[in-house]
Amino acid sequence: MKFTLSWLKDHLETDATLDEIVERLTSIGLEVEAVDDKAALKPFVIAKVLTAAKHPDADKLQVLSVDIGSGAPVQVVCGAPNARAGLIGAFAAPGTYVPGIDVTLSVGKIRGVESHGMMCSERELELSDEHNGIIDLPQDAPVGTSFAAYAHLDDPVIEINLTPNHPEATGVYGIARDLAASGLGKLKTAPVEPVAGKGATPVKVRIEAPDLCRVFALRLVRNVKNGPSPKWLQQRLMAIGLRPINALVDMTNYITFDRGRPLHVFDAAKVAGDLVVRRGKEGESVLALDGRTYAVTSDMCVIADDNGVESIAGVMGGEHSGCDENTKDVLIEAAVWEPLTVARTGRTLGIITDARYRNERGIDPVFNSPGIELATRMVMDLCGGEPAEVEVSGETGFTPKVVSFPVSEVKRLTGIEVPKAESLDILTRLGFVVKGDGDVVEVAVPSWRPDVDGKADLVEEVMRIHGVDEIRQQPLSSHGVVNGKILTTLQIRTRAAKRALAVRGMMEAVTWSFIPAKHAELFGGGQKHLKLANPIAAEMSDMRPSLLPGLVAAAQRNADRGFSDVALFEVSGTYEGDTPETQRRVAAGVRRGTAKLDGSGRHWAGNAQGVGVFDAKADALAVLEACGAPVDRLQIETGAPSWYHPGRSGVIKLGPKVVLGHFGEFHPTALEVLDASGPLCGFEVFVDAIPEPKAKPTCTKPKLELSAFQAVKRDFAFVVDKTVEAGTLTRAALAADKKLITGVSVFDVFEGAALGAGKKSIAIEISIQPVEKTLTDEDFEALAKRVVENVAKQTGGVLRT
Amino acid sequence: MNANAGNLEVLESALLADIAASADEQAIEAVRIAALGKKGSVSELLKTLGAMTAEERQVQGPAINGLKNRVTEALAARKAELKNAAVAARLVAETVDVTLPVRQSPAERGRIHPISQVVDEIAAIFGDMGFAIAEGPDIETDHYNFTALNFPVGHPAREMHDTFFLQAAEGNEARLLRTHTSPVQIRTMEVQKPPIRIVIPGKTYRMDSDATHTPMFHQLEGLVIDRTANVANMRWVLEEFCKAFFEVPSLKMRFRPSFFPFTEPSLEVDIQCDRSRPGEVRFGEGNDWMEILGCGMVHPNVLRAGGLDPDEYQGFAWGMGIDRIAMLKYGMPDLRAFFDADVRWLSHYGFRPLDMPTLFGGLST
Repeated sequence: MKFTLSWLKDHLETDATLDEIVERLTSIGLEVEAVDDKAALKPFVIAKVLTAAKHPDADKLQVLSVDIGSGAPVQVVCGAPNARAGLIGAFAAPGTYVPGIDVTLSVGKIRGVESHGMMCSERELELSDEHNGIIDLPQDAPVGTSFAAYAHLDDPVIEINLTPNHPEATGVYGIARDLAASGLGKLKTAPVEPVAGKGATPVKVRIEAPDLCRVFALRLVRNVKNGPSPKWLQQRLMAIGLRPINALVDMTNYITFDRGRPLHVFDAAKVAGDLVVRRGKEGESVLALDGRTYAVTSDMCVIADDNGVESIAGVMGGEHSGCDENTKDVLIEAAVWEPLTVARTGRTLGIITDARYRNERGIDPVFNSPGIELATRMVMDLCGGEPAEVEVSGETGFTPKVVSFPVSEVKRLTGIEVPKAESLDILTRLGFVVKGDGDVVEVAVPSWRPDVDGKADLVEEVMRIHGVDEIRQQPLSSHGVVNGKILTTLQIRTRAAKRALAVRGMMEAVTWSFIPAKHAELFGGGQKHLKLANPIAAEMSDMRPSLLPGLVAAAQRNADRGFSDVALFEVSGTYEGDTPETQRRVAAGVRRGTAKLDGSGRHWAGNAQGVGVFDAKADALAVLEACGAPVDRLQIETGAPSWYHPGRSGVIKLGPKVVLGHFGEFHPTALEVLDASGPLCGFEVFVDAIPEPKAKPTCTKPKLELSAFQAVKRDFAFVVDKTVEAGTLTRAALAADKKLITGVSVFDVFEGAALGAGKKSIAIEISIQPVEKTLTDEDFEALAKRVVENVAKQTGGVLRT
Repeated sequence: MNANAGNLEVLESALLADIAASADEQAIEAVRIAALGKKGSVSELLKTLGAMTAEERQVQGPAINGLKNRVTEALAARKAELKNAAVAARLVAETVDVTLPVRQSPAERGRIHPISQVVDEIAAIFGDMGFAIAEGPDIETDHYNFTALNFPVGHPAREMHDTFFLQAAEGNEARLLRTHTSPVQIRTMEVQKPPIRIVIPGKTYRMDSDATHTPMFHQLEGLVIDRTANVANMRWVLEEFCKAFFEVPSLKMRFRPSFFPFTEPSLEVDIQCDRSRPGEVRFGEGNDWMEILGCGMVHPNVLRAGGLDPDEYQGFAWGMGIDRIAMLKYGMPDLRAFFDADVRWLSHYGFRPLDMPTLFGGLST
């Protein structure tokens, strides 16, 4: 919503400065977005051409001597055909920025003659498109004074960013009322005098869709003389960015902004028969005032005559019945439309107009008749003519909403003590009608505030006018205890997973929740109910079933930029379904190139190798450990999902059913679909699948038992079938003596012809901690025998000799 | 063998010469055996003492023992000298170029995304004020995202949200991607009786894309409901938060009346800042105002939708952009880069894994 300061002062008697007004508007909820104080036009002064001589070297140029009102005349080279001695115009001195040509002037030489400034055209000042000559002012224009002030172009323009709950502030009058209520002046409240009409308006109106049109007023004015509107009106419209068209159209625009009361004018000669307000019909269309044809539907409200649709109700008029300079008889329309229909229609058709802006917020129904009277008066002032009587259809009455308002609500909700009298006075100044004098009063809501429904709305009115700044901060009641833990287990684990992975040299990425359909399908997603109906781009179409596609794509983007060794992770949501329960919390990561834990790339002490399944496994286990999963009870199995390399991937399980994660290198087909290349490995850990930690009655740790006897290590190497998993072998060794054997590690694995086909060797180191006595050679032999026997039993392996 | 003074001198100088000439431990051991071993030259001399008269022994005893002691000392000294030389030689041989670079520790390379870091900062501050952290699903129903939050069906305010919809499954209402974290207000009220003090960080989605808007972004919602919470309390919470978050001792904030369907009264909040230095924003000083959040008293219809009686309970709520306050605090110029995973950006704007924000240690230091 834009308006000028002088326009505001048409309705507000005030001595406040521009700055005061701007500050007050913002503080009462009419946020000022921009103020153009027209400073750009200040440097232009009125100047008189004293002499004009032909340029010695150019046929179309003249050398002017110009009186700028101070000191000696200045020399200006000018190409305008109307430049002549005696002309009074607008002069720009060197150093002035000329907006229409986007140039800051300097003293220049034009064909060898110095020019100390410029006589300007209207286009150069961005006043109009006129550029056939320089500005030619009347002879009484005061030389040496500000051109902007003389031409009333110094009227500051204020733009406010209007929230949807202030329909009354779509008109300058409503803004003035708010300012006056806040104590910044006095509202000028001259009532609109009705204009007597002669005879009935011959065109009748039939409202066939009363749910979409509350009231419709129509008035014929005969014998108008349409043409350009007067300069003051044109200037006001131009100041707020509207193009003057003709007096009748300019009048509707003026009242739209002045009163928030959109109007429409029909050329009566072009209207066939009576007007019908009805829903649009399938197949109908209308050529609108913007020159485009719109198809209307039964969800829209239209105004039609015998020829068909003439106007899209509340949104835009039709070209066919519009007014031009030949219009003799004009029909003025003022109506109140159902706001949601106007909003939906405008949205569907993609039409943004000043009428829609107001109609969809809700028009003051009580001002419908005064609105058409005001329009009639203005038409007669601008174009003459003889008005007929107003034809009104629909509902003319208005029953205000009444809100029961305990005045104590102001204190209850805001914390400020506003005296009751002041609260009620504020409401009264805003046009509310207060009845009663008890603790609870009855407040009738004015017709221009359809947004006000309940007592909280009234509190807002009192608060914004009384002043939000009056509300001093007040601490929340203290909870009186030291704060306990505020995070849930899942939140703690999410945080722990992030830090644990970052400590492993990985960088946290945040990637889009929506991914390309083919990526989603590859990872088990792509279901219809997880596809966006209106994606912003084709490759952001499906809710992700996994974090890996986004991370692999991100790793590849980095590689394409020349950073091929990257380690990225993300801990976030994936979507197995569209319910809250099927949104998972997953930690996932990828490593690419040589981005190993210890570092990537070449190094004098040894180059990093390409990443692989075990890097991913280590990352996954680190996450599980950080999240407090029972790491010693996890099982690692084969059988990871299809996007992994079947021979270089694993599943992490807790018990037979609970899958905590997957890790591995990727399937070549998956990499092809993801358009990525390796070496590449990744993992997924389902953070939400890790069981809740058991509540412990104490923080005391179990007692530490330290053996007094020396711990020892013994090595064994077994030849087993190639298919035997190391995990089975180490478990068997560990189980050989649960008391003495404290650990088993694999230190060598190899295959070779000497071992026989289909065989491999696994070498393990066993840590032994004697607890009761130092072990004798016989004890060690017995222990070794148990290890060998158990391994043989569980794996079929034999001790290598 | 007849020991006289002259012989002893000759023997001593010969032995000392041998000791001095010994180049390694082996050589010196040979000298020791030759002199002090069972049949060594000095040992043999000592044996002669037994056959001597008391007078002879009085002369020869000290002389021979003196010889033995001097030789023993010389042997020990030479041995130590040789050992030191051997150590010195070994040290020279083992010398390396210590300017060669070592691998950076993984914890030095790893990074936490600014969004995670800022969420941790937020949790630290609000945890201190007695708030819990709540969360909710990204995929929402129309009810939780709009209707329960007092957005009437067909209301233009819904349009301000540029909602992403999902395709409807057979026979079901189409779900949507939440346009704000406010649905969690309702979800919380449904399961928790007041007093409620929560903040809700999370992903939100709107169809928008430019330097300051991305189709996915992060919001922080706050909700306080009890029997007395009012605008003055809200001012306190928000001003204390902003001071703590931007780490300035004081900060001017401007509360302006505004409109949101789910609060009444509604306010928008600007914070004082200085934008006069290119590429840098300073808070707590300057003459500029920057919009930072929207807030208000929870609308009676929203309380009712959450199953609470608006005449019994009251409270306030606010929402702000996590990405936006991260950009303001740490100076990232473009929001889109947050979601690009460019390792150069992450390395520069990301945080070290062990830099954990706490109030006792300072949020960002």
